[in-house]
Amino acid sequence: MPMAGSEKSNQSKPLWLLAELTYRCPLQCPYCSNPLEISKYENELTTEDWFRVMQQARKMGATQLGFSGGEPLVRKDLEEIIAEARRLGYYTNLITSSVGMDKERVKAFKEAGLDHIQISFQASNEELNNFIGGTKSFQHKKEMARYVKELEYPMVLNIVLHRKNIDQIRDILDMTVELHADYVELASTQYYGWSRINVDQLLPTRAQLANAEKVAKEYQEKMKGKMKVIYVIPDYFDNRPKKCMNGWGNIFMTIAPDGTALPCHAAGQLPGLEFPNVRDHSIEWIWNESPDFNKFRGMAWMKEPCRSCPEKEKDLGGCRCQAYMLTGDARNADPVCDKSPFHKQLHDDVERIDRLAGTKEFDEKPLVFRNMKNSKKIVKEKETSTV
Amino acid sequence: MTETYNAEDIPRIAPTFRFQWEEMQDCFVVLYPEGMVKLSPSAGEIMKRIDGQSTTKQILEELNQTFPGADLETDVYKFLEVAHANGWIRKK
Repeated sequence: MPMAGSEKSNQSKPLWLLAELTYRCPLQCPYCSNPLEISKYENELTTEDWFRVMQQARKMGATQLGFSGGEPLVRKDLEEIIAEARRLGYYTNLITSSVGMDKERVKAFKEAGLDHIQISFQASNEELNNFIGGTKSFQHKKEMARYVKELEYPMVLNIVLHRKNIDQIRDILDMTVELHADYVELASTQYYGWSRINVDQLLPTRAQLANAEKVAKEYQEKMKGKMKVIYVIPDYFDNRPKKCMNGWGNIFMTIAPDGTALPCHAAGQLPGLEFPNVRDHSIEWIWNESPDFNKFRGMAWMKEPCRSCPEKEKDLGGCRCQAYMLTGDARNADPVCDKSPFHKQLHDDVERIDRLAGTKEFDEKPLVFRNMKNSKKIVKEKETSTV
Repeated sequence: MTETYNAEDIPRIAPTFRFQWEEMQDCFVVLYPEGMVKLSPSAGEIMKRIDGQSTTKQILEELNQTFPGADLETDVYKFLEVAHANGWIRKK
């Protein structure tokens, strides 16, 4: 008699585990992909909780483990968690702003077995970097990046691109060359959470994108074999959606600071989810059995135009969060797709921003920075509006 | 640029990659930032003998002992070339 679950050996595995250790963060980037409700996550998992989660996920085949946040360095037990992850055989990645890092800590992480480090930069010059991040961090970031390379870590530098920094792309790439990055992720802002409420201020213009693409290609050629430059155009400008997270519940699992397990780090906003928690359930149950992880798995949930679309296996209808945010129904096609009846609306909105960008009254509208104070205000406004 | 390996060259795993057995995948893998390559059984057998001490010749001799009768020489040199081009190994 086979054990329960053994017939599922061909089923997907949670290969990629993202551990959002905390939503506390010294930075305040207005494009942060964390939920707007960060102030509600006070009850963080303990060190032992994380040990258990890592052990269970590893047993199911998880290999890549990202420590993220918020700022994971805020957790005092990070060294301990890294050491346990290494012991379990994970390939570990610290995704950090580097604020809260010093030489001793980078060294301690190395001794604990950390495999690689990803540092974010907000811009290529001090003034804009510090403005976007809401902290004086630019020189420190450069110093830490140099030290990370000194210790022979593979280093990823991540720069989130948007209208206010995308014209610096050449300077940004020169900086990453100077810092000896192994990989550079030029990440186009994705409009969820905080960036969605700042979209008017952040969405680049078509002219900016054309230039950025040209420069990125130039450096991809020039740095071949030395530094890998990853550049993906923001999907609001595309006609076909991306296969988001490589498919819902297919390879990826996020654990939020309070233990909520999600198929992607933005999925918390979707209505009708039950948000299984690792305090109450095993990773195996959450991955295989929970209603949330099965909700948009495969293709049975699809509506038209996806259901009869010949490309449905290629993109799986795009992103569920984007479909929900822009159409009100997560089962709709991602409106990035020009087969979606909502595509024109999105396209018109992109055109509106393109037209207004650069005008004084439009660009001077203040950014909403990602911090606990703004989060509390937003949570309160949402609660009063639903009463 | 293609880098070829000679009998006396000592290959080692590059510090920016990790090579290990993955039980759930039932194969050896090479891990790197945000990625994983699953290795074929023969590639895994070669990689697991790369210890930063043995020369290519010694690795080949050991493989010949474990798999007698197989003509491995061309495959091993070809694999080292590919592994080097991918950045997984370096010469010591």
